[in-house]
Amino acid sequence: MPKPIILFDSVFYTYPGTDSPALSDVSLEIMPGEYVGVIGLNGAGKTTLGLSLNGVVPNMLGGHREGTVVVGGLDVEEYPVREMAKIVGIVFDNPEFQMSQMTCAEEVALGLESAGIDYDTMRRSVTEALNLVGLEGFEERSPLGLSGGQQQRLAIAAVLAMKPQVLIMDEPTSNLDPIGKQEVFGMATTLNQKYGMTVIVMEHEVEVLAEFADRVIVMDGGRVVMNGAPREIFSRVDELQALGLRVPEATALAGILRKTGHWKGGVPINTTEAVHSVNALLGVKA
Amino acid sequence: MARKGKHGFPDQIETDLAVKVEDAHYVYPNGRVVALSGVDLEVRKGELLGVIGQNGSGKTTLTKLLNRLLKPSSGSVYVNGLLTTERTVQEMSAHIGYVFQNPNHQLFARTVKDELEFGPRNIGTPEEDIAQGVAEAVDFFDLGEFIDEHPYRVSFPIRKLVGIASVVTMKPSIIILDEPSTGQDHQTTRIINSLMRRLAEDGTTVICVSHDMPLLADVVERVVVMRDTKIVADASPREVFADEKLMLTTNLQAPQITNIALQTVFPLGGPIALTPKELAADIESRLKKGKR
Repeated sequence: MPKPIILFDSVFYTYPGTDSPALSDVSLEIMPGEYVGVIGLNGAGKTTLGLSLNGVVPNMLGGHREGTVVVGGLDVEEYPVREMAKIVGIVFDNPEFQMSQMTCAEEVALGLESAGIDYDTMRRSVTEALNLVGLEGFEERSPLGLSGGQQQRLAIAAVLAMKPQVLIMDEPTSNLDPIGKQEVFGMATTLNQKYGMTVIVMEHEVEVLAEFADRVIVMDGGRVVMNGAPREIFSRVDELQALGLRVPEATALAGILRKTGHWKGGVPINTTEAVHSVNALLGVKA
Repeated sequence: MARKGKHGFPDQIETDLAVKVEDAHYVYPNGRVVALSGVDLEVRKGELLGVIGQNGSGKTTLTKLLNRLLKPSSGSVYVNGLLTTERTVQEMSAHIGYVFQNPNHQLFARTVKDELEFGPRNIGTPEEDIAQGVAEAVDFFDLGEFIDEHPYRVSFPIRKLVGIASVVTMKPSIIILDEPSTGQDHQTTRIINSLMRRLAEDGTTVICVSHDMPLLADVVERVVVMRDTKIVADASPREVFADEKLMLTTNLQAPQITNIALQTVFPLGGPIALTPKELAADIESRLKKGKR
């Protein structure tokens, strides 16, 4: 039986200077190689959950924490953030804020330099990381001349160069156009399926999660309120809508028709399933 | 007879249009990058318009020509009948409100309240009207608990709502929203959705640049599609999102529900649905007819 790569055991966390907890009684297990989507309103605790995995919460930000977070067998509270960065990489929604160097290679090497890795290994790791995100041969190009999707993939390469076991993407595509979104999610899927990397993504666009994630976690007011396979979670249309959350449009359609008694059976979570079920319902032969 | 501007365009025209752009080109000052080529656009007063296109297609350049942050390299841009090149950004700000994608580019006051009051005070709105406008905005955007906070102490999504509210309180006749729902959850996106409807009902012209297709599908009455510095389509959201070839060549994606409608009820003579509700209604009426 494989061990979970991430374990939250009854975790409570309150930011310094605030009263209400950002995380409240969170218990979770995530297995190596899982692709997990996290949804919830702004302020539900999604980002705090991510920052708890590399120890920025509470080791850098302070505040009050109870419970245990174990990542890759290490108790996060007992290791400095730079050690945890070798296991957990995080990317945020503003790639351009993360860009500081003259070339893509330097950008990717930044974390390695502070980790004290020798030059040859570093060069090799930089090239490997750029190849992983589909930016082959971009070593000498300026990060500022890249498209939004390319910049975000470069930010991910910088994180991957540290060879983490877990990649966390916190609303990675909210500033990208549809093509940029496809680039980033396609790349994350490759990392997950081909290299077995554990991927956790905080995302409002539920259609994307329905397509890629193995599991969806729903947060509300600092708590994990639902946790299961995308189909199981998105089937609970009324509960999600009561939390102010969206379901995929394919699922919303079935939800409306179910209320009026026209939809029996399971709900579709993507375009293909919805097209199939609607045509069957209308008696149209495919 | 109106005076002519230096490019030979009358500096003012009689028009019912909120925006009239003719053959506008924009080349960046280095002379090498063309950002806009030969754009024509007419927007009626009170119209609710969406602008879509890949990053770099020219959307933001077009909107910055309207509020005079940029001057066209050639061609003419009229806003409320005024030739923008002959006006200052300050003058144009009384006509056209611009909400930046990133609120950090526009917020500077010490509290949310000061931020909301700054714009209308700056254009000479009477104090009692300012107070009323701010109170309405606080209520509408649900900002009550943040009113005394520093704009940078509130979360990014709330800061973004503050950015939108601070332009709305100026009550401009035209509002440009650049990616208003980016980084917002479903709840705040719904606030933005109803804001756009309400502004249009009050006669405000709304131009919304966005990648959020479900939002546009639900709200706007017309969509302008840009690709490679040009307008390549200008039609109702229904026509635009149903055009699979257009979606493909512009690298854009129609809402999921539109794609479902296209592969189910559309071949049977049904509508190109823009929302799940619309498609559900059509399916229901077909099922009822089938039973009779």
